[in-house]
Amino acid sequence: MEQKGNLLEIKNLKVSFFTPAGEVKAVDDISYNMGYNEVMGIVGESGSGKSVEAYSVIGLLQNPGKVTGGSIIFEGEDILAYNEEEMRKFRGNKVSMIFQNPMTCLNPVYTIGNQLIEALTCHDKSISKEDARKRSIEMLEKVGINNAEKRMEQYPHEFSGGMRQRAMIAMALICKPKLLIADEPTTALDVTIQAQILEVMKDLQKQENTSIIFITHNLGVVAEMCDKVSVMYAGKIVEQGDVDDIFYKPAHPYTKGLLESMPRLDAVEHERLIPIEGTPIDLLNPPQGCNFGPRCKSCMKICLSKKPPVADLGKGHISACWLHFMKKEEEVK
Amino acid sequence: MFSYIVKRILAAIATVLLVMTITFFLMNAIPGSPFLTEKSTPQQIELANEKYGLNEPYIIQLKNYVVNYFKGDLGVSLKMQEGADVGTIIFGQNKFLISIKLGLLSLLTSIILGIPLGCYAAYHRGSWIDGLLRVITTVGVAVPTFVLAAVLLIVFAVKLGWLPTLSGSLDNPLAYIMPVISLAFYDICYIAKLTRTSMLDAINQDYIRTAKAKGVKNKWIVLKHALRNSLIPVVTFLGPLTAGIITGSFVVETTFSIPGLGKYFVESVLNRDYPIIMATTVLLASLVIFMNLVVDIVYKFIDPRITYTSKEA
Repeated sequence: MEQKGNLLEIKNLKVSFFTPAGEVKAVDDISYNMGYNEVMGIVGESGSGKSVEAYSVIGLLQNPGKVTGGSIIFEGEDILAYNEEEMRKFRGNKVSMIFQNPMTCLNPVYTIGNQLIEALTCHDKSISKEDARKRSIEMLEKVGINNAEKRMEQYPHEFSGGMRQRAMIAMALICKPKLLIADEPTTALDVTIQAQILEVMKDLQKQENTSIIFITHNLGVVAEMCDKVSVMYAGKIVEQGDVDDIFYKPAHPYTKGLLESMPRLDAVEHERLIPIEGTPIDLLNPPQGCNFGPRCKSCMKICLSKKPPVADLGKGHISACWLHFMKKEEEVK
Repeated sequence: MFSYIVKRILAAIATVLLVMTITFFLMNAIPGSPFLTEKSTPQQIELANEKYGLNEPYIIQLKNYVVNYFKGDLGVSLKMQEGADVGTIIFGQNKFLISIKLGLLSLLTSIILGIPLGCYAAYHRGSWIDGLLRVITTVGVAVPTFVLAAVLLIVFAVKLGWLPTLSGSLDNPLAYIMPVISLAFYDICYIAKLTRTSMLDAINQDYIRTAKAKGVKNKWIVLKHALRNSLIPVVTFLGPLTAGIITGSFVVETTFSIPGLGKYFVESVLNRDYPIIMATTVLLASLVIFMNLVVDIVYKFIDPRITYTSKEA
């Protein structure tokens, strides 16, 4: 079933952490839209705010983190206006989440079945025990866990890492949420298992028509999974566009840097990887100009004094960099 | 599981034998004799020693104890109730029963109050209630039992007259209130502190975040997901606590004049009444061992990751 309109609209979202040392703007004025049945990748290095942004969508920001501005509209409703109980009903039901480390994300003292059934019953009180059990077994089979009936009675420590992540995915999708947030779901797994988990997610995404926000720093995973990509740096989206645009026509120097630092199969022998020099900025004292300026190879004078505006490169491809405006001026001249 | 329990019981028997041996040599190392009084002549003492077999070599005496214990014969009292059967004194005259009753009541009180208080403090971490509880629990683990018992007696029995002073009539439920509070207060505080710490640890675990992301109600996140994971250190403490509550009741039993085992135990040492020392020590040691076994079995029910057989580990 195709649904029109936007599933999720994030407008000028700002999230800050109020630490004793001062306010840290972890997410600084980001906006994007997501359609139904769409997979959006959010990439960026550690501390770029990608997880914080996702946590604010599901209302799991931990103290001292607070949304300080903007709106998160989910199917036309502003979820920032929800009270605690409404937020609880929203979580797991409309939006669910899977996490980075499957080894610690399941409660060690309850069976997998118990935890799956709980995910169902805490949103649907009327469901009978047998139905909940049946649904759970079905779900486990869908994520590729054999012998599901027996597996239901087992505890997390009797599952391997990959199996636990499968169980997590089953648990996240059991209420048929419209949006799944996957926070680096394959980072803690070894490479062959990663591929299997991605396969499961891809299949289920098509079967269940779930939109996915895929948070990762692995560009290979993005290329494999996503329709759209947002590249984040120091709390801001620096470039956003279709996956092809980002990989074949990267516009922002940071995206280019990321791509250059990634090993490629088609590289010339002995070709060196090019790292992005420098370290991420201190978010307690952000620079006056472009956040990426101090590390940028194409840095100009204006980059250090003024924040770059967002340039629209067409077909939803945007990039926040002064270079685009300089080019235009040159063309005019 | 079954073979594990059998193994543990065998180990327990060995431990009790060891306890008997150590107790035997320790009590014989104390100078003096049960028959030594101001009036007794050396001949009288010699006769009494002969009568109760105290002239035998130590190793024979020890053997006699062990053999008789296996037969279920705990010997006779040498002094305190001369000639009376020790088994009857301990079990027949309600001494053991009174101590157990007092101990179990205190244990229940400390669990029923300690765990919820700890949970509450952890859940409202940083609030004024948490602060207040922290002060109370810190004071609670610092104040000695006899001070608390004396203060309770003075305030509630002497000044206010709300509660009976003398616990001679233990049929009156009111008579239990002060002894139980004195005995349990330390443990309530300790359990509350322990629960709070392990609860805070559990609350910050990843699976709690998962439960939140699923949309589980806050109440159930605490009661179902966090509590069970935080109970292990508490249960570990309950083993020695149970034994401690029953042995440690000496102070309370003395302060409130309760004719229980704790009081009798200490008197038996002062009187060098060897068979009674031996019987009470063995009884208390068995209690500690038994409680530790119970705790180890309860672990399995709380945390399924724990396995007992060496094969699975």
